[in-house]
Amino acid sequence: MEDPTSGHIVKRFDAEMTHLQQMVLEMGGLVIDQIQRALKALDEESPEAARDVIERDRLVNALDVRIDDEVVRLLAKRQPMGGDLRALMTVAKSVTDLERVGDQTRRVAVLVERLYGNGPSAPNPKLLEDVHRLATLAVGLLRRSLEAFDGFDLGKAVEVIRDDQRLEGEFQSALRRLTTFVLEDSRTIGHMVEAVLGLRALERIGGHAKNIAGYVIYLCTGRDVRHVDLATIADEVLGPSPPPA
Amino acid sequence: MDDFGVGRVGAFTADPVKVARQAPIDRASRETVGDFTHPSPRITARHVNVYYGEKQAIKNVSLDIGANEVIAMIGPSGCGKSTFLRCLNRMNDTIEGCRVTGEIRLDGQDIHDKKQDVVPLRAQVGMVFQKPNPFPKSIYENVAYGPRIHGMANTRAELDEFVERSLQRAGLWEEVKDRLDEPGTGLSGGQQQRLCIARTIAVNPEVILMDEPCSALDPIATAKIEELIDELREHYSIAIVTHSMQQAARVSQRTAYFHLGDLIEVGDTNQIFTNPRHPLTEDYITGRFG
Repeated sequence: MEDPTSGHIVKRFDAEMTHLQQMVLEMGGLVIDQIQRALKALDEESPEAARDVIERDRLVNALDVRIDDEVVRLLAKRQPMGGDLRALMTVAKSVTDLERVGDQTRRVAVLVERLYGNGPSAPNPKLLEDVHRLATLAVGLLRRSLEAFDGFDLGKAVEVIRDDQRLEGEFQSALRRLTTFVLEDSRTIGHMVEAVLGLRALERIGGHAKNIAGYVIYLCTGRDVRHVDLATIADEVLGPSPPPA
Repeated sequence: MDDFGVGRVGAFTADPVKVARQAPIDRASRETVGDFTHPSPRITARHVNVYYGEKQAIKNVSLDIGANEVIAMIGPSGCGKSTFLRCLNRMNDTIEGCRVTGEIRLDGQDIHDKKQDVVPLRAQVGMVFQKPNPFPKSIYENVAYGPRIHGMANTRAELDEFVERSLQRAGLWEEVKDRLDEPGTGLSGGQQQRLCIARTIAVNPEVILMDEPCSALDPIATAKIEELIDELREHYSIAIVTHSMQQAARVSQRTAYFHLGDLIEVGDTNQIFTNPRHPLTEDYITGRFG
């Protein structure tokens, strides 16, 4: 009886799980779209576009609630075990992180509104130089964490955890640059604080992407890699790295 | 907007374990995965084979039943879990054409030894069946029967004590203490099953085998038996065969998964139900198994 079936006996369960995964990816897509809209608002110095982003966070929250509902319903109805149970836990946790990414994006939009919504005192563009670089990194991490979730891609998940350290490093460098800048001209301190909050929001988005990558590793291997160092994760998940030549 | 392959149907229903690096276990492997031993075993079964005529029902199964543990045996119908359970107190002896090989020891003693009398063996390793089967006698007599024939009680007072203690341990005393003379068959299904458990523990067993003890009971009666199983663990070792994975997850500390006569995987119950290692175990517990 060698018939490696991949679907559930209860076909409806397959459909429900697929639907759930699609909702998470939809939420991920929506959140990334939000980040990009917020950055565009920053580029265009448009407080209206920023307000639009703030308004649209509602959609992210609504999906969060809907997915959580669905998870609870499936837990009650199917009493999942093994990989199904881990999948539901992964979904429940991932949407919490995605919802927080939504909140951080909202923070960036609020920053744009504050910087450009109050008349003539636009900030020195140099203050915002690092925002784009960090945003590109953060969005990249988030996208790859969702791709890892979509394809059960352990390699990609480990990559996200590794690259989050790079984002972390960039964040620290950006803070140092801003400090130097404000030392030269202390009148910019108000704008500088706003810029720090924006950078911090982007750094947090990377952190949430890293969490999602960790859940994917849990989903695939059953190993909880939160609070585990990167070298151990890479070693356990991808196999020991070859000795340096 | 990114869509990450939305619409690519079925990604989430694929077997996630397949992509993990630590999935070296081939689906075709029939080697038992996990540690089948227990640090303080009551029963040790080694290389047990059971044949019904030509047909082999159990294939080279080794497994310990530990002291004060509940071990659940799960698997699809015909996987051999009940057959294996029945080996442990030689119930299979009663089936014509059934042959058992291998070694089974209870506290170090070979249960197939020529000197081993099956009657005391079945007192030491008691059994509770799927359908409650009280004797057509009074509640009192149902419980008193065992201690009496095994010569465990000399006086009526001693017998009374056996009956009361057994009914108390089976969680039935409060419900029946005023009607011990009424027939056992007049009790509800759940009460009858607890009466059978009282009857089993009246003869001071070391191990209790339970073959789907709740499958004929409603959820409330089932919950009471499950609660009882947890309490009984303090005094006895329990091996339970169940079709309900939720029940296995609730009552046991270790779980053994059987498949077509092979013991596929044994492990800590938490691990088996959240992260089984053999693909066949995963298929079964997630309901992917045809």
